[in-house]
Amino acid sequence: MTAASQDQPKIRIRGLKKSFGDNHVLNGVDLDIAKGESLVIIGGSGSGKSVLLKCILGLLPPDAGSILIDGKETVGLRGAALDEMRSHIGMLFQNAALFDSLPVWQNVAFVPLEHERMSRKEARDLALERLADVGLDAEVADLSPAELSGGMRKRVGLARAIAVRPEILFFDEPTTGLDPIMGDLIDRLIRQCVTDLGATGLTITHDMDSARRISDRIAMLYKGEIVWQGPMDAIEREGNAFVEQFVAGEIDGPIQVAQ
Amino acid sequence: MVPLLTPLGRAFLSFLETAGRLSLFAGLTLWHCLRGPWYPRLIGRQMIEIGYYSLPVVGLTAIFTGMVLALQSYTGFARFSAESAIPNVVVVSITRELGPVLAGLMVAGRIGAAMAAEIGTMRVTEQIDALVTLATNPFKYLIVPRVIAGVTMLPLLVLTADIIGVLGGYLVSTGQLGFNPQAYLQNTYDFMELEDVLSGLVKAAAFGFLITLMGCYHGYHSRGGAQGVGTATTNAVVSASILILCFNYLITGLFFG
Repeated sequence: MTAASQDQPKIRIRGLKKSFGDNHVLNGVDLDIAKGESLVIIGGSGSGKSVLLKCILGLLPPDAGSILIDGKETVGLRGAALDEMRSHIGMLFQNAALFDSLPVWQNVAFVPLEHERMSRKEARDLALERLADVGLDAEVADLSPAELSGGMRKRVGLARAIAVRPEILFFDEPTTGLDPIMGDLIDRLIRQCVTDLGATGLTITHDMDSARRISDRIAMLYKGEIVWQGPMDAIEREGNAFVEQFVAGEIDGPIQVAQ
Repeated sequence: MVPLLTPLGRAFLSFLETAGRLSLFAGLTLWHCLRGPWYPRLIGRQMIEIGYYSLPVVGLTAIFTGMVLALQSYTGFARFSAESAIPNVVVVSITRELGPVLAGLMVAGRIGAAMAAEIGTMRVTEQIDALVTLATNPFKYLIVPRVIAGVTMLPLLVLTADIIGVLGGYLVSTGQLGFNPQAYLQNTYDFMELEDVLSGLVKAAAFGFLITLMGCYHGYHSRGGAQGVGTATTNAVVSASILILCFNYLITGLFFG
């Protein structure tokens, strides 16, 4: 590996803009995510966190700007090239987004079953292995997603996201809707997955406890721009007004709250 | 004047917008139907869902329609002593019009609604986004299997409905109206033309396309949680039913106009 590719960030975002009509959701986001780090983006509801994630995944086309993954431009990719890019990314959705029509193990082994033509036996073994990685035993494998509790759904969603050993992992509000203990468990699993896989993690959340547990570095998104970024331990001493208000959870401050 | 015309113009523009989006959606669907990869397992599952599980509903509709046709035409034709035309009336009406249209409408209610609800729920719970992130094209995975199953299964369903409908007419005519069973069947056979049946099957294939397309389109574009899915379901059934009646007229015009 040359020195240049070591310095090159895994994901580099420059001047990313996205509007829906008159609603300017992203106003020029600049962000670098280094290989193997776990970055957490914090921000209030409607700050554009989800839209940012969807732009990187190619689910929404940005209006302007560039997104480089491993130095390659991904904005404007189509068809097979876009699928190829996505095959390196695993995503845990907010409510897990498991396919209701498939039992748990087929959810986890979806890509090997549908795209890699893996035999059902092998795919099932793989699914059981991944379920074990997230602390679920074989009994869950044949249940339908509707039979699972919220925490279990998240864990199955995580197992599906890591099934094909992606280089990049996205987590959309991983602890929303979970009790604090289950939230802690999910955070630990996320941290463990990122470390074990050597993957680059990107989490969006508004849960500060969760952000503390997951992150190497934190960035704050407000009104479609990154207003602060830095290592987790700097968050208290840096004295950024936006971050202070968000962490303290106060109404008064530079962040405007619709009342 | 202006307040009167504004909503009219707005409605017209939104109609054009919907028509454009729908055409684009239909074009994309056809394009993906022709280009693989296909999912034979999913196509098979949809074929069973549409073809096999619709049999009871379509069969019941057909048998009662055939029965009532025989009864009604008897009360009319008896006045002119033209009862012998009943087998003709039954077989022509069933194969040309009532078989395809009634089967189409019943399937629109059964299948169109279910498809819109399922795909709509997948949309609002981010399952469609999840499919995309798993490098799977939702058109190929969700929509193409349904449309292929609809286009192939509806003609088979209508063929079954034709046979059951004629049977309904036969049962009433022979059991209640005193027809000779052999003569009734002979009459039916003599009057039946290939073109009648064929036009009905072409209609059925077109209806199958419309029903599945409407179900998928409204589901795919639904938003806003449970209420959005409800609206999508209603729209799928209503638009499919109206399109079935429109295309029935157009296809009839093409065949017999």
